[in-house]
Amino acid sequence: MKETLKEKQRKGTIRDAILLGIALLITIILLSIFPDRREAVTTASREFFIEMIMILPAVMVLMGLFAAFVAKEVVVKYLGKSAGIKGIFLSVFMGALPTGPLYVVFPMASVLLKKGARISNIIIFLSAWGCIKIPQELVELQFLGPRFMAMRLLLTIIFVIIMGVSIERIIVWSDKK
Amino acid sequence: MINIFAFGCLVFAWVKDQTKAKQSLIVALKSFFHILPTVLIIIILIGLLLGFVPQSQISKIVGEQAGFCGILIIALLGAILHIPSLISFPLAASLFKSGASVTSVAVFITTLTMIGVATLPLEIRELGKKLALLRNGTSFIIAIAIALIMGKIL
Repeated sequence: MKETLKEKQRKGTIRDAILLGIALLITIILLSIFPDRREAVTTASREFFIEMIMILPAVMVLMGLFAAFVAKEVVVKYLGKSAGIKGIFLSVFMGALPTGPLYVVFPMASVLLKKGARISNIIIFLSAWGCIKIPQELVELQFLGPRFMAMRLLLTIIFVIIMGVSIERIIVWSDKK
Repeated sequence: MINIFAFGCLVFAWVKDQTKAKQSLIVALKSFFHILPTVLIIIILIGLLLGFVPQSQISKIVGEQAGFCGILIIALLGAILHIPSLISFPLAASLFKSGASVTSVAVFITTLTMIGVATLPLEIRELGKKLALLRNGTSFIIAIAIALIMGKIL
């Protein structure tokens, strides 16, 4: 399993590099056809490059720290046991911890389901994992402002909880039939 | 601000456990180089977008007058595209500056992070068809609901 994951990552990096090459090539061609646009394109790109380079290392350090200090087993242990309101909030919180990309979490979720965790908690956990990451929220704060970030965070948490509970209802109801 | 926060965490971690702190720095470095090509691609795309497409055109497609159909298209785009969410924020910010509405920016980010068409096969294999499809389907509806509410309030 670990081998294939590494293999996948390596393939992904190669693909990204090729895509980057294509993007660069297109840009060079476009800019040599329209030299008058050169300045607008480079200023816009440079501005974003600076903004990204300012925050990216910090985000990576945070993610690395969490990956090293919070083991996945801990997440599984706490989520498997929890229930009720406490379970819901724990699911949101655990999902928000920056511990890896989405494809890592599906096997975890499946283990949790087999261990008897509630479907609603798993759904909430998965969704929180995808869209309420702590470093991600910090980047959103930086780029889109506190009001936008706070609003989206609040609404997402509310709707994700509603979604988790209703999907559980639907699954239970359809299993009965 | 985020730099200070990260640095503080790092110092704290270093004091607590040196080997683990070193390990996390290695992880950080690896993921940094892993994500770098994608970041550069997006930066180039943003440059091209802002340099070539006039602002009036952008706001026509994703702005206030885009209507519900425009939002649906953006939501679909966010669901299909597979860009790391970290990078989606500068992209969203640049769309925002060139006249995109709150609703379309919000719907794009939300579908992008919650729904993964690219990872759907894996999700189905691990969690079963019913659960995976239900989750992605409801996420889509929820994303639109969140975005519409945000558009109304902000």
